Amino acid sequence: MSTVLIVTEQKYDAQKNAALSRISLEALAAGQALAASIGAECAAAVLGDSSAASELTSKALSRVYVLENPLLKQYTPDAYNKALEQLIRATSPAWVLFPHTYQVRDFAPALAARFGQSLISDVIAIRSGPTFIRQLFQGKLNAEYRRTSSDSTPGFVSVQAGSFRVEDLQPGAATIEAFPVELAPGDIHTTPGEPFRESAQTVDLAAAPIIVSVGRGIREQENMPLVEALAQALGAELAGSRPVCDAGWLPIERQVGSSGHTVAPRLYLAVGISGAIQHLVGMKGSKTVIAINKDENAPIFEVADYGVAGDLFEIVPELTKAINSAKS
Amino acid sequence: MKILVAIKQVPERDAQLSISSDARWIEEDGLNYGINEPDAYALEEALQLREQHGGEVIALCAGPDRVTSTLREALAKGADRAIHLASDTLGTLDTVALAHVLAEAIRTESPDLILTGLQSDDLGLGQTGVVLAELLGLPHSTLVLHVEKTATGIRVKRELEDGWFQHIDLPLPAVLTIQSGGNKLRYATLMGIKKAKTKETRAVEAATPATPATVELMRVFLPEKQKQTQMLTGSPAEIAAQLVEKLRSEVRVL
Repeated sequence: MSTVLIVTEQKYDAQKNAALSRISLEALAAGQALAASIGAECAAAVLGDSSAASELTSKALSRVYVLENPLLKQYTPDAYNKALEQLIRATSPAWVLFPHTYQVRDFAPALAARFGQSLISDVIAIRSGPTFIRQLFQGKLNAEYRRTSSDSTPGFVSVQAGSFRVEDLQPGAATIEAFPVELAPGDIHTTPGEPFRESAQTVDLAAAPIIVSVGRGIREQENMPLVEALAQALGAELAGSRPVCDAGWLPIERQVGSSGHTVAPRLYLAVGISGAIQHLVGMKGSKTVIAINKDENAPIFEVADYGVAGDLFEIVPELTKAINSAKS
Repeated sequence: MKILVAIKQVPERDAQLSISSDARWIEEDGLNYGINEPDAYALEEALQLREQHGGEVIALCAGPDRVTSTLREALAKGADRAIHLASDTLGTLDTVALAHVLAEAIRTESPDLILTGLQSDDLGLGQTGVVLAELLGLPHSTLVLHVEKTATGIRVKRELEDGWFQHIDLPLPAVLTIQSGGNKLRYATLMGIKKAKTKETRAVEAATPATPATVELMRVFLPEKQKQTQMLTGSPAEIAAQLVEKLRSEVRVL
């Protein structure tokens, strides 16, 4: 029986305890769905910290491979690729699935290339065939991909956060199998340092009930008072998309999206944000989304409850005025 | 340091996109093109490294004739010379096949450092730099915000998730993918634009990849809506009044 291998990833809490990341569980759910559609079984791989493997024994998996070598304790692309290459050669899966994380982006394209394959990255849906749906042009368009090589080489796919449901995970009983990996210090060419944070956080966006978020559509720093006034009228925290924080118009701690904060306020009011996937994953848990954008085809409108396709420079001042007079 | 920056030309960000008649890509006629934004940050980092340590910055761009305008822009910003990897059919290649073509051109230059943006604004696969490193047999790091020269090579500041960062030490030569936002982008000066005209752009015919594509983009389509969006219309004042009504009665934040 052919196999779908899911490569999992751990997150560490403040006490440095490892647990499977949520997106790893989503990737497992995606892997189970893919396996069901092609009549395959699923296996999972755990690298780095074996304590996360026990979480997987209650899932419908044929095997949980724990890749063992002291050089896997700290992530490096060289060690991970060498280790996974050995596991893939030994177990010959039909498909290898990853969660689309920063770490996976760092090694998986090279691992796939080692097998002569192109990774189908950042997949948001899997259809029968199988074919894989991913976004183009920052979410403005979707595309359907398939593998063209039909030989015994595995296909490689990574799945986007929030695209597959953890609730769909099939329970079962899986056995853990240690997989010793051959690695030498000379295999690793980069030296990673300890992760660090830049500065103390002064705002807790995750706890904010109302967020006014501003994007590239604001055009210039001198236009920022427009959205500041709106945020003040609503008693909201002001946040922004990556380009706004990159430009220095807002501090980076106010950035929403995959490289910033994940938020779930009662109201998310997106002003001049087109809604690239990296932004949407950070805010699509919001209870109500209102979007103001000049492009009626902007992907932000796909997740908005209320949309205004228009000029923010005309609408935002009117809205601020209307809110202020409604309050008084 | 000899630094090669691999850049991509993509449709401008606010371009109105329409799907081509065969639904395999977008309608390209009438589109304006510019440098892929993360690649602009890669170029900026390269120029700053050269300003600090000397050396040379080479801009490499693959594609049809139109990409020479993006190479000219890189030269105007300060790149020393440019290589145009000429081909009209690169769009049909997958990541690995395209990386083979790029790697072939890069090998002839033997740069100390190869920089590229972490992903493209059009395909967004985010893989070219990492696959290049694999094909060239070089160490790499991704999502890099800043590069510092050390006694033994380089130290980079890499972005992790949730506001964390990490330093990575690498020997040279190496491949880095650059995250946007690490620097402020420079504009081309009038002097720069003038000087660009005297700089070399070498056209090289792109090699035919030895390996066939392993994945195929079958079809482009419009995304389905995830929510039923109620679009509000009217004058700005009317829209504002409708929004206030929603904020009061449905969202209940007023």
